[in-house]
Amino acid sequence: MRASLSHRYLIPEPSSIRQVDGVTAHAAPEARKPLQAWSLPKEAVGGIALPSQWPEQVTREWAWEGATGKGVRVCILDSGVDAGHPLVGELESAVTVSLDDDEKIVVTEDTEGDLAGHGTACAGIVRALAPECSIASVRVLGKGFTGSGSILLAGLRYAVQEGFDVINMSLSTTKKPFAAALHDLADSAYFQRSVLVASAHNMPVESYPWRFSSVISVGSHEEEDPFTFFYNPSPPVEFFGRGVRVRAAWVGGKSVTASGNSFATPHLAGICALILSKHPDLTPFQVKSVLYLTASNVGGEG
Amino acid sequence: MTNESDLRAAVAVGVIGSGDAYRELLGAIVEVARSIFGAKASSILLYDEDTDELVFEAVVGEGEGELLGMRFPAGHGIAGWVLATHTPLIIEDVREDPRFATDVAEGTGYVPSGLMAAPLLNEERALGVLEVLDRPEQSVFSLAEMDLLGLFANQAAIAVDLLLRARRAERLLDGREDELAGVADLASKIAALEDDRREAGLRLLRELTATLGG
Repeated sequence: MRASLSHRYLIPEPSSIRQVDGVTAHAAPEARKPLQAWSLPKEAVGGIALPSQWPEQVTREWAWEGATGKGVRVCILDSGVDAGHPLVGELESAVTVSLDDDEKIVVTEDTEGDLAGHGTACAGIVRALAPECSIASVRVLGKGFTGSGSILLAGLRYAVQEGFDVINMSLSTTKKPFAAALHDLADSAYFQRSVLVASAHNMPVESYPWRFSSVISVGSHEEEDPFTFFYNPSPPVEFFGRGVRVRAAWVGGKSVTASGNSFATPHLAGICALILSKHPDLTPFQVKSVLYLTASNVGGEG
Repeated sequence: MTNESDLRAAVAVGVIGSGDAYRELLGAIVEVARSIFGAKASSILLYDEDTDELVFEAVVGEGEGELLGMRFPAGHGIAGWVLATHTPLIIEDVREDPRFATDVAEGTGYVPSGLMAAPLLNEERALGVLEVLDRPEQSVFSLAEMDLLGLFANQAAIAVDLLLRARRAERLLDGREDELAGVADLASKIAALEDDRREAGLRLLRELTATLGG
């Protein structure tokens, strides 16, 4: 299963992931990942037309009405997720990443759950919006992880190689040496149809990967409707989602009220999951275009 | 005296005792943060890379007596998440959760019902975490407060950076206990004297220097 990844698309250091006991690789359905085209022969022009159901006007009704997130795999790259939390449900998988002596990524089954609460909150928000999506956890917080942007990078590399449809990254790193590698990974995700939804920093500092144009970057607004989101015509933050006083799941089966871009991000990730469950063929560019066209300040209601 | 030792003595005058001043500055920052947000407590935690722990470096309000100097592993909890991800976090209405804010709860038995935490960023590194505990229950959190929290965190990060530099310099001087630390100590003491006594001290020093063949 894993071998199919290496020839599909170029991902930086594709052979650097080592699987350890108890972790099953879930390669994404090949149907969603058509082969890359490098040129366009005349006879192929008809084949690249937009899907016939693409409407003249993209509305929220077309984009996700009736969708539940079913069939879409969402990855929560965070502090772990409290599996079985009433607001989260069961997980597709839960892993944690570390680096061995040769700097290879080692993926192990995560038995510790959520070490902070934050990942559970994000998973719960995605679940609330897209109740039937599949949620997986990649934990990048843990003993000895602090100050090591390499774990964050390793976690994202794993998530990209796993081919998740949506990757929720409610965190970033300020470490510049990792920016180039993160940029490559964000582009790899973009080209292999993994929608990377990343939190903008809450403070005016340079951090990554939310600043890259291949991701969907999210800041907060203060409205209460989870489906209210705005397109920002003054990037680098591209969208604003609900991020203030959000009731969210927390460790121990509890709930808290949380604020920050961290919580705006899974709102957009959840909406992406809905869109992709109704329109599985869309590329990240098209998903972002749909988000733009259905934003509350563009063509969307709510 | 060589240029190098000149420099060491000069540095020592600035360094010895400055750690205390910077710690006072941290104390002032958490005091103002608590006051501005109308919170019950505020604290600054520093990251100790050697032990992968967070240490309470300044505390005001609830837990003030117990928490200062207390350590806990940096790999978990809200402060741990903020430190690792360089991202602020605001959590409210959590009193029902016994696992919440275990860093504070374990030390004091005081479980806050809400917490704001922001990383202390110095260029690419997170030096620690600023926490503000229990804002007034009737107040509604807004994005403006998030900005304010960030401003305080930036100020605290500068103070922490200075404190860490002073400590590094102190350690360096300590490493030469038999030689320059004594000189540095003397220089620091003379600098702290009142005018008359300082003049007397300087005279003694000149005589000592002459005796030593300077």
